Amino acid sequence: MAGCTPLPLREGVVLQQEAAPAHAIPFWRDIRFLRAASQVVFLAAVLASLGWLFNNLQTNLRANGLTISFTFLNNTAGFPISEGIAFDPQDTNGYAFWVGVINTIRVVLVGIALATLVGTIVGIARLSSNWLVRTLALAYVETVRNLPLLVQLFFWYFAVMLTALPLVQSSIELPGSIFLNRRGLYIPWPLATESAALWGQFLLAGLALAIVVYVGRRAHLKRADRPGFPLVPALLALTAMAVIGWLVAPGAPFQLDYPALQGRNFVGGLWLSASFVALLLGLVLYTAAFIAEIVRAGIQAVSKGQTEAAKAMGLRPGQVLRLVVLPQALRVIIPPLASQYLNLTKNSSLAILIGYYDLVNVGQTIFNQTGRAVEMILMIMVTYLVLSLLTSALMNYYNRRIRLVER
Amino acid sequence: MAHLYGSAPLPPPSQRIPLLRWCRENLFSAWYNAALTLGALFIVCSGLYGLLTWALGARWEVIPVNLKTMLVGTYPADQLWRVWSTLYMVALLCGFSSGLHRGLIRQVAGALALASLALALLPFDWGTRAWIAGIALAAGAGFGLGKATPVRWGVRLEWVGWPLSFPLTLIVLNGGALSLPVVAGSDKWGFVLNLLGAAVGIVLSLPIGVLLALGRRSHLPVMRWVCTAYIELIRGVPLITLLFMASIMLQLLLPDSFRPDLVLRATMTITAFSAAYMAENVRGGLQAVSKGQYEAAYVVGLNGLLTTAFIVLPQALRAVIPAIVGQFISLFKDTTLFGFIAVLEVLKAARSVYEGNLQWRGTIFEVYVFIALLFWVFCYSMSYVSRRIEKNLGVGER
Repeated sequence: MAGCTPLPLREGVVLQQEAAPAHAIPFWRDIRFLRAASQVVFLAAVLASLGWLFNNLQTNLRANGLTISFTFLNNTAGFPISEGIAFDPQDTNGYAFWVGVINTIRVVLVGIALATLVGTIVGIARLSSNWLVRTLALAYVETVRNLPLLVQLFFWYFAVMLTALPLVQSSIELPGSIFLNRRGLYIPWPLATESAALWGQFLLAGLALAIVVYVGRRAHLKRADRPGFPLVPALLALTAMAVIGWLVAPGAPFQLDYPALQGRNFVGGLWLSASFVALLLGLVLYTAAFIAEIVRAGIQAVSKGQTEAAKAMGLRPGQVLRLVVLPQALRVIIPPLASQYLNLTKNSSLAILIGYYDLVNVGQTIFNQTGRAVEMILMIMVTYLVLSLLTSALMNYYNRRIRLVER
Repeated sequence: MAHLYGSAPLPPPSQRIPLLRWCRENLFSAWYNAALTLGALFIVCSGLYGLLTWALGARWEVIPVNLKTMLVGTYPADQLWRVWSTLYMVALLCGFSSGLHRGLIRQVAGALALASLALALLPFDWGTRAWIAGIALAAGAGFGLGKATPVRWGVRLEWVGWPLSFPLTLIVLNGGALSLPVVAGSDKWGFVLNLLGAAVGIVLSLPIGVLLALGRRSHLPVMRWVCTAYIELIRGVPLITLLFMASIMLQLLLPDSFRPDLVLRATMTITAFSAAYMAENVRGGLQAVSKGQYEAAYVVGLNGLLTTAFIVLPQALRAVIPAIVGQFISLFKDTTLFGFIAVLEVLKAARSVYEGNLQWRGTIFEVYVFIALLFWVFCYSMSYVSRRIEKNLGVGER
């Protein structure tokens, strides 16, 4: 038992014991033996319980005449998915799962971007010198953080989207040809025209040019022994190529497709289903409240002396923010922000309870059709683990960059 | 310096400023602030106006009529005294502790009594009102008892009473012992299930989390690997996938003779889930304990176990009280996911009210506002208590 506690001084104790005559310590009081024995016992216990579970699994599967195999992924799915990339009931289970993964990534990416935006605004509003703005922001944060996300999702989906909103015929029209009704949100969406392919080639060329510029400039900076990452010239190169391509191509590569009411439904534009809108709204508002507190804490963590010293050195207000305050605030903000992004990713799995076809929902449908419990759960969990690891790896990389700048 | 010369210090200048000046400084200090104020004022006013017009016309009678369904689900009406008696027990204990000690617990007991008296004023039938007002009475009786008991004995009674209240609650609610009949349908108890699941999860996940955190910081590689793997694996997947696993895969992993019911499965899952997050919070606290503390403990002659239990953990846990309470709050909020595996918790019960009952069609907003209020009160009081504890312990001030 003593072995599993942190023992920073034990090394010293061991040395003393080794110096003493060997017969003075019986082996059951020898720390080296105790360490090894406790680990062996612990490992044996863990392995035994895992083995017991695995054995049960084998027995139960055999009793039901099942074996673990993933061949069902190649079978026809036989159920429709109305959301996301095109899917036909004749497509395979594996492709259905992929559609679910893409749907999850879609809501997560849009959600992260919007939640960061809203959270930053609210976080800054929490520090406003304006009492009303400050209090409103506080009220928002305290309300949203203390309500379960699922209550909020149900509210947005069942109460707002499905009950309060009008039917298709009497949709709410927002400026810019955006329509909102019980079926969801219809927004204009760019469609590729014939010249899109040509423009795409220009874009690729621009990307290659940007990489060349970045690498060359970085090498130049390194030779001059100067710090910095020349992202701006690289982005300029990319933008320039994109603009040239747009001008050279015979027509605009994209054309906005507007939704319009035709008969009983809308045609054209992009349809975002009611469950997608409710899920996005719920996730963004919920996560933004947490992000707001992180942003507020990060800004408050930079001491006032830093700003004053920067001003005293003659930096302009923009420079004070960019060169002094933000690098230090971001250092405090990034790690908890990363875990909020992960939370949003994981919370997007609540989609199944409001009927959005994310990967858990599709996974459960496939399970209902095929009865493959173990395989589906493995696939869902591995997907989330990969998404989590990817996000945290990206954020860790960014965090290291921030640290470099901060020095 | 004033006391050196024997004269009383002058009172500070008055901090009261006229309302108009306050407005100018806090609302209209610059043109953009004025614009912001007007914009915010417009939002607040239109929001409040909409809310008030809706609230005055809403069919609030749906709440008292269906209160039983939402709070205790299918719990048989003739056995409801068991739910009340567990509430009375908690109120009595709260009152007793508040009679013994000063400070936070007194506020908690007071708030409990006041809340129950306020609830009793709402339009329930007289029987329900009497039951609700009884909570305040129990708290008051506990307070008197606590005042009357000598502190030495009172503290001992507390140490017996609080831990005992927990299994007692489970037994009284579920039955099967103390010659109480078993209440059928324990997966259909509405809000009681949210509270029970959260209570069991909170009580169990903290010690498991502490063990996991100690394991993750252990010098023994095997324990470190196993604990790290568990924590990272659980934290990498959403709760709903674990519940999914508990509902469809558990019968494959366990022998035929052992089939835990849905509530037990859900509670086990949420405990296992929360423990991993708790472990990370505790680990943060462990890292905050300086090395000198370990060294001093060894010098005094404490062994590893004693050092951890009496020197390191108290400091580590104290440092992360806000994070731990935050985890408790999110565990409580996560109990709403129980509905996913066919357990009738409060959200599912609420849906059955406005969907299953023709009479109450269209009362969806009223029902969700009530549920939101219910959760908000619980979560906000938890975070308030945590802030007060933090202040009382002087965390971050030394």
